[in-house]
Amino acid sequence: MTRRLLGLIKALALLACLIPLVHLLTRANGLGDLGANPVQEVLHTLGKTSLNLILITLVITPLRRETGLNWLVGLRRILGLLGFFYVLLHALTYIALDQGFAWKSLFVDVTQRPYITLGFLGLLLMVPLALTSTNSAQRRLGRKWVKLHRLVYLIAALGVLHFSFQVKVDISEPIFYSIVLLLLMGYRINAWLTRRNAMKKAMALNRDAANV
Amino acid sequence: MMLIKRPQDIKASEITPESTFRQRRMLLKTALAMGLIKTADSSAQEDLIPLNQKASGNREQPFPGDGRLSDLKSWPSAVNSEPTSFEDVTGYNNYYEFGTGKTDPASNAHTLEPHPWTVTVEGEAEKTGTFALEDIIKGHTLEERIYRFRCVEAWSMVVPWVGFPLGDLLKRFKPTSQAKYVQFFTLNDSDQMPGVRYPVLRWPYREGLTIAEAMHPLTLLTVGLYGQVLPNQNGAPLRLIVPWKYGFKSIKSIVRIRFMDEQPQTSWNMANAREYGFYSNVNPDASHPRWSQATERVLGGSLFSARVPTLLFNGYSEEVSSLYANLNLVTNY
Repeated sequence: MTRRLLGLIKALALLACLIPLVHLLTRANGLGDLGANPVQEVLHTLGKTSLNLILITLVITPLRRETGLNWLVGLRRILGLLGFFYVLLHALTYIALDQGFAWKSLFVDVTQRPYITLGFLGLLLMVPLALTSTNSAQRRLGRKWVKLHRLVYLIAALGVLHFSFQVKVDISEPIFYSIVLLLLMGYRINAWLTRRNAMKKAMALNRDAANV
Repeated sequence: MMLIKRPQDIKASEITPESTFRQRRMLLKTALAMGLIKTADSSAQEDLIPLNQKASGNREQPFPGDGRLSDLKSWPSAVNSEPTSFEDVTGYNNYYEFGTGKTDPASNAHTLEPHPWTVTVEGEAEKTGTFALEDIIKGHTLEERIYRFRCVEAWSMVVPWVGFPLGDLLKRFKPTSQAKYVQFFTLNDSDQMPGVRYPVLRWPYREGLTIAEAMHPLTLLTVGLYGQVLPNQNGAPLRLIVPWKYGFKSIKSIVRIRFMDEQPQTSWNMANAREYGFYSNVNPDASHPRWSQATERVLGGSLFSARVPTLLFNGYSEEVSSLYANLNLVTNY
């Protein structure tokens, strides 16, 4: 994979990720419409898109390991940043369009409505990840960067919970998202256990070798 | 000499001041319009005969062929805002028997067959049995009533419903003194309703009211909206509208009515008792455990429309608060 080709793929990924936003904007401007409850339609579309993007970033590592397509890792940053972008738009829609900057009721929501608390927490945790997404930050932080960016697992879980907690009774979609998240995490836990076992074996072999 | 009653015979204190006289006239007019007082012709319905006791098996069409409901009695509207557009009223619905998405009912409800339709009446009443829809409706004067409609999900609309007071029908079944509650059931037919194959709620959908709520003149047995018969997705051919309660209390496509001496089960209460109580009166001060009920979003607005404050009893306090005089509305949500 040449740098140029990867650049092209990144640009295409960026464009693809902007489709939901462009679609919303065209619907808001008369091409089609946003239905009887436009604010909710925008709010839900932005939220769902961000959750999708966050989960897609978690697909990259398993996909890369299983297929050997190592260049995929080059897409992770752009996908993560776009996920964050959609989360911000989602939160802004809620604060500005839905609640009309009613800070008092927003405060009550964030502190007393668990699904909003979880969503808000997820948004906050994404900020340090977005800020340290540059190459230089990655170099500067070294091993700490890897640890910090493991927060994405917690963020994804908060996202799925935030979505699940507001559903009235039809939990089919939250169940789907939960299963996807569990599979993605299960893959990692399994890989980690395998590595640990291999390491133990290697250490035991080393010990045996030393004892000879 | 003719005996003429002399004006002096009436003490000045006995003369009704004109303002009071006019107030009384207004009150009478309003009460009449609201159906609080029965006029002679409003009980002109025939005796209800169950289908199996009727000589002819032929079923009549309950509504005109073109679905237009005309000669509607008007009703003094207490709603200041414009009715929500027909597209939004019929395109944004919660009717889980046809799917849980807001536009699912409009897409899927064409499979519902609202004719021929029967309603089975059972329980604590003298007259029970299975009745034809046309017999139930016949003799009742249809009214157009513009009501606010507030969903528990904190959105609302304004709808010109067509129907008649539920109490007028219930009286014809002669409920006994044991009838303290009324339960209602929606049709439960997987051939007509794809959604009932999924156990999202306990089917058939069921709802209930106290007998006082059911008999309240605002409680409307509804057969139409916007001057035409109910579209399937809005609960054809017969539904309830209880304007001071959250929308899910206003059960759709009713096939069974049961008079009971104890509080009936209701679908949403069975699904989650902490979140959906039996009363479910609209109340801005009683939050849903997961979201606020203080404000609502009026359907049909733009991206920049603000939410509006929710009113106690959805703005019908004056009419219905006496029903709950001794009830804590927050604990009895």
